[in-house]
Formats: sequence, C-alpha cells, structure tokens
Amino acid sequence: MKVLGYILQKEFLQIFRDRSILAMMFAMPTIQLIIIPLAMNFDVKNIDVVVVDNDHSSLSQKFISKIGASGYFRYVNAEPSYREALRYIENGSADLVMEIPAGLERNLVREGLQKVSLSVDGINGTKAALGAAYLNAVIADFNKSLPLNSTGGTAQKNVQPVIDITSSNWFNPLAEYKYYIVPGVLVLLLTLIGGFISALNIVKEKESGTIEQINVSPVKKWEFIVGKLVPFWVIAMIVFSIGLAVTRLVYGISPQGNIGVLYLFAAVYLIALLGFGLLISTYSNNQLQAMFIAYFFMMIFMLMSGLFTSVESMPAWAKMIANLTPITHFIKVVRMIVLKGSGFADIRLEFFYMILFAIALNGWAIWNYRKTS
Amino acid sequence: MKQLLVFIRKEFYHVFRDRRTLLIMFGIPIAQILLFGFALTSDVKNAEIIIADHAQDINTGQITAKIKASTYFLVKEANINTNDIEAAFKKGGLKCVVIFPSRFGADLLHNGKAQVQIIADGSDPNTAKTLTNYLTAIITDYQLQISAATALPYSIVPETRMLYNENANGSLNFVPGVLALVLMIVCTALTSVAVVREKESGTMEILLVSPFKPVMVLIAKAIPFLALSIAIFTLILLLSVYVLDVPIKGSISLLYIESILFIITCLSLGLLISNTTNSQQTALLLSMMGMMMPTLIFTGFMFPLENMPRIFQVISNIVPARWYFLIVKAVMLKGLGFEYVWKETLVLAGMTAVLLAIALKNFKTRLS
Amino acid sequence: MEEKVIICKNLTKKFGDFVAVDNISFEVNKGEIFGFLGANGAGKTTAMRMLCGLSFPTSGEAAVAGFNVYRQQQMIKRNIGYMSQKFSLYEDLTVLENIRFYGGVYGVPGEIIKSRSIELVEKLGLQQEAGKKTGGLPLGWKQKLAFSVAIFHQPKIVFLDEPTGGVDPVTRRQFWDMIYEAAASGITVFVTTHYMDEAEYCNRITIMVDGRIEALDTPRQLKAQFGANSIEDVFYQLARGAKRSAD
Repeated sequence: MKVLGYILQKEFLQIFRDRSILAMMFAMPTIQLIIIPLAMNFDVKNIDVVVVDNDHSSLSQKFISKIGASGYFRYVNAEPSYREALRYIENGSADLVMEIPAGLERNLVREGLQKVSLSVDGINGTKAALGAAYLNAVIADFNKSLPLNSTGGTAQKNVQPVIDITSSNWFNPLAEYKYYIVPGVLVLLLTLIGGFISALNIVKEKESGTIEQINVSPVKKWEFIVGKLVPFWVIAMIVFSIGLAVTRLVYGISPQGNIGVLYLFAAVYLIALLGFGLLISTYSNNQLQAMFIAYFFMMIFMLMSGLFTSVESMPAWAKMIANLTPITHFIKVVRMIVLKGSGFADIRLEFFYMILFAIALNGWAIWNYRKTS
Repeated sequence: MKQLLVFIRKEFYHVFRDRRTLLIMFGIPIAQILLFGFALTSDVKNAEIIIADHAQDINTGQITAKIKASTYFLVKEANINTNDIEAAFKKGGLKCVVIFPSRFGADLLHNGKAQVQIIADGSDPNTAKTLTNYLTAIITDYQLQISAATALPYSIVPETRMLYNENANGSLNFVPGVLALVLMIVCTALTSVAVVREKESGTMEILLVSPFKPVMVLIAKAIPFLALSIAIFTLILLLSVYVLDVPIKGSISLLYIESILFIITCLSLGLLISNTTNSQQTALLLSMMGMMMPTLIFTGFMFPLENMPRIFQVISNIVPARWYFLIVKAVMLKGLGFEYVWKETLVLAGMTAVLLAIALKNFKTRLS
Repeated sequence: MEEKVIICKNLTKKFGDFVAVDNISFEVNKGEIFGFLGANGAGKTTAMRMLCGLSFPTSGEAAVAGFNVYRQQQMIKRNIGYMSQKFSLYEDLTVLENIRFYGGVYGVPGEIIKSRSIELVEKLGLQQEAGKKTGGLPLGWKQKLAFSVAIFHQPKIVFLDEPTGGVDPVTRRQFWDMIYEAAASGITVFVTTHYMDEAEYCNRITIMVDGRIEALDTPRQLKAQFGANSIEDVFYQLARGAKRSAD
C-alpha cells in the first residue's frame, strides 16, 4: 500500500509538471463544450430555391409567393431558363430548382392536372428529401386553396370526419436539440480526454526506458496500473464536474435526476475508459502507434455511441458493436438521468454492464502489462 | 540530388517499418466508410411505441394495424396509465405513446370528430419529431381514406428529380467528408510527430549539421507522408466506388491534383504544430484529440454550416478541410470542372503558403 | 567459505529454436565485482534479465540473493538494484523527486530517504541541481545519479547493464570509484561492459560467446591462460570463433 502511495505521488508530480498538457485537459473540453453544441444543428431550414417561371401568370405568382410564405424556403433568384438556374446548384448556392411550365392555369383547367418539375441537389440526402417533402406539403396545401377546387366543395366538408391529433414532447416540450446534444457532447469530450491521455501514458514510459527500471523493482503489476489510473480518474472527474457546470451555466440544463447516481455512474465509466486507454498503451510500442490505435477506437466510439444517430435504428450487427462500447451506455444513462430524471432502478442494468466493462478492461490491461515474459 | 534520395529513402523506412500504425492508418478510412455507409442512419427504425387503445373499436383497430404495418415502429399494445408513462420513459427504451380515448370510434361516428393523443419522449427530440410526424401522417392518411371525397379535382403535382444522385444513395454526402477528415488527421499527426520525434531523440541535430539545407530535410520528411496519403486517398476512392456505389463523375486527375494540394496544406499544418511543441505527447494530443471534433463539425458534412451561428460560419472559413470538402463535392459528385472550383483551390493554396511560411520561419529561428 | 549471492547452474533460455543463453553455470561471491563480457548478441542481457527476475529461464537453476528465480522473483526484486545504459530515471522529475520515488518503491522509510538523499546530493556535488529536472543534467551526472539511485536502498546485489556507455574517460574513472566504494560496503556488483579496460577493474570476469561461457576467472589468470597481454587480446581470441555476428 505504501508503494502505491509513492507511485501516486510520482504520477501526480508528472502530470502537474507538464503545464501545457494539463491546460489542454481542462481547456479543450470546456471550450469545445461551449462551442460545439451551438454548431450541431440538424434542423433543415432555409432551403435555397431558384424559380424558373415560364408561365408569368397571376396564378404562378401566387404559387411562388405561397412557397415563399411557408418559411422553409429562401429565394435565391428567378432565372429565365432552366440551364441558367442549374448553375446555382452547380456552384452550391441553391438546393432546389423549381420550373413552372408555360400555360399553368390553362393546363390545370383543361387536364385537371399540371406537373411542376423540381430538381433537387441530391448530394445532401437529408436536405434534399426534406426539401422535397416540405415543398410537396406546401403544394398540397396550395391545391386545396385553389379557387377551382373551393367551388362546390363546401357542402361536403362538414361531413368529413376529422381526427384531432394532439402531440406533446415530454421532458423537452419544445423539442429543442440542445437538450439532447449537450449531455452527449459532454460525455464524448470526457471520453476523448480520458482515452487519449491514458493511451499515451504507459507507452511513454516504454519509449523512455523508465518502465524497465520499474519492472526490476518490487512494484507489482496492479500497483503500477492503479497508480496510472487514479490521477487521470481524479482529473477526469473534475473535468466532468466542470462540464456539468458549463451545461448548466451556458445551456441552462441541470440534471433532473439524482446527481449522486450520475457521479457514481461516471466514476465507474471512467475506470472502464481509463482501463481501455491503458490497455491500448500496453499493446503499443510507441506513442504514435498508441495514438492512432486510440484514434481508431475513439472514432468508432463517437460514431456508434448514439451521439449523432440513434442506436435503435442501426442494423443488428452495428447495434451489437454499439452495445459493446462503454460510451454508448454512458451517453444513454447521462441523457436518462440529466433529461428525464431516471433513478438508479432505471439504470441498474447499464450500471451492471459498466462494472463488467471496468473489470474486464482493467483486468486485461494488468494481465497484458507483463513484467515477465 | 542523390543525397536527397538517400534522405527520402531513410524517411520511407521510418514510415513503413511500423506495420501496426500503417495498418491502423488504412483501417481508419475503411471503418469510417463502412460505418457511415451501412451502420449510421438518420432514419428512425424499430422505435418502441405503445398504443394505449381505450376504445377497442373498428377505427382504432384499423389505425393500429396501419401503424403496425410500418417498419418505423415496434408496436406494443398495452393499457398504459397516463401516470405510468413517465416511469416508462425514464426506464428508457420506450419512445412514444399513442392514446385513443375510450369513445374514439363513437365520437368519430356521431360527432364527426375524435381525438387522439401522441406523447413522445422529448429527451431525444429528433426521434420524437420524426415519430410524431410519421404517426400524424398515418392517422391523416386514415382520415382521408374514410372520408368520402378524397382527390381534389384540380391539382398541381410536383415531379421531383434528384440531380447527381438518381438512386437516392445516402452515402454521397459523407464520402468527401470522410476524405477530408482522414487526410487531415493522418497527415497532420504524422508530420507533427515525425519532426518532434527527431527533436526528442536528438537526431534532428545530426540531420541539421549534415551538409543539407534544413528545407531539404523537411522535404525529405514530407515525401513519404505524401505518398502514404495518396495511397489512403486512392483506397477511399476505390471503396466508395466499389462498395458504396458512389461514382466519380468528374476528372480523376483534377481530383488527384486537388487532393495533393490539400495534403500539402495538412503537412504544412503538421509542421507548424511540430515547431510549436517539444514533446510527441503534446503534438499528438493537439493534432488528434484537439482537432477531432472541430474538423468533424466545421467541415460541414455532418451538420449544415448554414445553420450555425454567424460567427461559426466565419470560423469555419479557416478550416482547410471545409474548402477541400467543397472541391471534392463539386468535382467528384457533380462532375464539374476546374472553372467551378478555382476559388476554393485558391483559398487552399493561400492557406498552404501562409502555413508553410510561418512554419519555415519558426524552423529557421529555432536553429540559430 | 565465502557467501555466494548468485548461484547459477545450467541456466538456459530459448526463444523458439534460438538458444540465447546456453547452459551457463557460475557463482558470484558477496562483495565481488563480477564482470560480464561479450559481443552484442552474445546473450549477456538475456542472462541478466533472468537473474533480475524480468524473464523466466527455459531450464536450469539459479538463485539470486538466496531466492529462486522461478518462484521468488518478487523477493529477488526487493534485494537487487538495477541500472541500464539508457538513462532510466524520470527526466521530467527533479533529482530529489526521483530519489524519493525509487526509495519509496523499495520500501525505504521516509525519514531515511530524507536524510540519505541529502547526503547523496552532497556526495555527488549536485546541491545546485537537486531541485532541477534530471532531463537537463549532463550525461555523466545522469549516469552517476542513476547508479546512486540503484544502490539507494542498499541492495545485496546491483546489476549494471553497460553503465558507462557514451561517458567521457574522466567520468568513467569516477564511476568506477563509486563501484569500488559500493563493493567495499558489501554490495555485490554484477556488471556487463564493452570496454576491455574496465574488465581489468573487475575481480573476476566471464566472457560469453554465442550464449555460452567460454572463460571465467580473474583478469590476471585469464591473461596468463591465453598468453595475452590484455583482456582485449583474450576477448579477440575467443570472439573470433563466434557464429552470431554482432550488430
């Protein structure tokens, strides 16, 4: 036990000696947590439209102004020909070209149907699909208000059954994205810090040769690993607390649930995460290697964690990978506790998983850090 | 010239000796392409919902059947009490509850008006919104179905055409994004470490006392990374064409030239980082941990830049990946020529010149 | 009868088909300076690693400080000191911090660490540098400090793996003075070296060629036995037949 004390003392000394890294550990997550959620906005608004009006009638004018009034679209320009309008899409300043054919009203009366062509920039799939969907809705609405349709339809309308749908979003009545993303980003940043820094640690001693000196000393494997783990754990818990403070002060999100449960879970999660970093470290021969391996996994963690897209919608194989990454569970639990006020009973299973992760990863790290070959 | 070749060969050895790092460097883009292409979807599928049907009549039965037929939902029928909904949401899993009041069918028949309530777990607002929209659409559709007159006699019908992407391939947007991300990280980190490592081990001094210009030392260091980056770039292109079915519409040679320019930009950035730090650890943390999120965000391929606050849009201009992303999108996906991307190219070239100038200036002053 | 602190019988280490250490046997007496010579790749370091408890022998017997190398590695580690050619103190810690850390790791009581480190710093003439990071010290001082740290907990045996590599002749001389002093205080010194002149300073030396011990005796007797003027000559006579090339 006394030996562990000396190891801890040494590790803390080394961490506090390197001011630039210490500053990075605290400043990076704080600054990024303030900035990044503001930049993450999935909402599609302001779809840029170029209109080619070949009709120039009062109906086409009405039609165009109806689209403009919907609030989703922004006029870039009106162009006389489709070719010229297409240039806006090519250089990226428009998402959609709408071409109204000549004789709009005449055809409508004669055929009962008039096609309007929409050309959508298909590269950004989400935006294209949403833009077309919005436009379809606006057009459907416009059809209803057509003077042609409103004649004689009034009698029928009263008989039509109406289903009145009321919808509500609990825990987040305005369905604001920030409530979802801020806790997730907090977890991600914490993970980046913990994962990268711990991954670099043991390999640094390997490179400098100091690990040999430790290996011939009576320091035991677990003492060495625990000595590495504890200082980073303490720092990460402080970073987590700062993150929670930022979440509250900047975004006005304070945990609905028990903060003790939140910290308990974070404590176990960090042990698992740091164990993972140290595991990478024991497998690497140099810092560059450790960093790239860590990056590889951090990237998978980030993409699979459900931070950006929901885990439930993934195919089965991907869901399995997601469930095998500790961060997925932590993001889920943080969101549950912070946003919904879930209690310990609700996250018991996740907590159990996390303990398993912590034991498995650290056990593996200790086992792999062999003093004897 | 012969000396330069000797140097370059030495640097190649350094890069290719470490097989594991090499493997990871090729593994990163492969994993990213596969995950983006096959695992990640912004669609909602198999969302757990509960239909609490207090009416149990023909109408609610028909609506429930319609909802069940959709792949979006995993429907559970249960007479959940309003008071229990919160507890169920807190447990996780459940995303949404649809409640039909007990007189749903009767109200619809006699009053011509019935109510249905949708309660979504707003802690995941995207899913909540999407589910509410889907459910609303299904119910509205049902309403139209049961009303006597459906189609309007006169209507304007939109005919939608997806430009550049006839098959609505969802992989298109992120291929340029992955390219930008991977090249940026790989080049910057490798370069910054290569120089710092020599500083740490003291071999930099040996190189510098050799009858070789410092600039040549840097060029020799950069060439293997350039070769490696081009190989990674080629791999991503092959993957996107053959695995994701994303065709290359424009000129391949233009694409390569632009990519080489971007790689040089990243190498210069790495050089600058290596000049300002003294340990591999700091250099790596800066170039990998520090830049991971900003590159992802400000490149604009996951989150649209135009939605961001004004100041971030301004900031994003200094992120080289952002310009490269635009270029690749235009050349590779839209098949446009140089006349459409000369501005972006100029910006990248300008950035490279500035970065390189600062890095070289620092490099020289450190020597004297 | 002198006390034997290292007893080594038929010790062998194989890596696959490669026999790194081939059936070596020797004994080292207490307080002796025991030199281990050999070309690179001769198996010196592998042999030393087994004795330090860093790796298990494939076969054979060995006891270090009375403890078995198979079963009592932890006890061996408590009773030895180790120093390698590569500076293995923490460069980002100060002189005193390094001393305190290694002292603590070997279970030296805090009070004794304090008093002994003050003595040590004075002896090395490092008073000015005691609070500075070791990374900035000249190589010669680094090696002297590393040796002092290796014997700080007064081990029974200290293993030195090419301790004077890259050090200037004056410092090397001072370094050997420190080794003599340690030996005089009862610490057994097990040292590998490349420098043949250093071999002359040892009480006894062994010369390893291709994993085997080809010679073991006092420097004087070896020279007589091989009819050579210097250990260097002896070494060349033996090493000429080596199959493993030095790298």
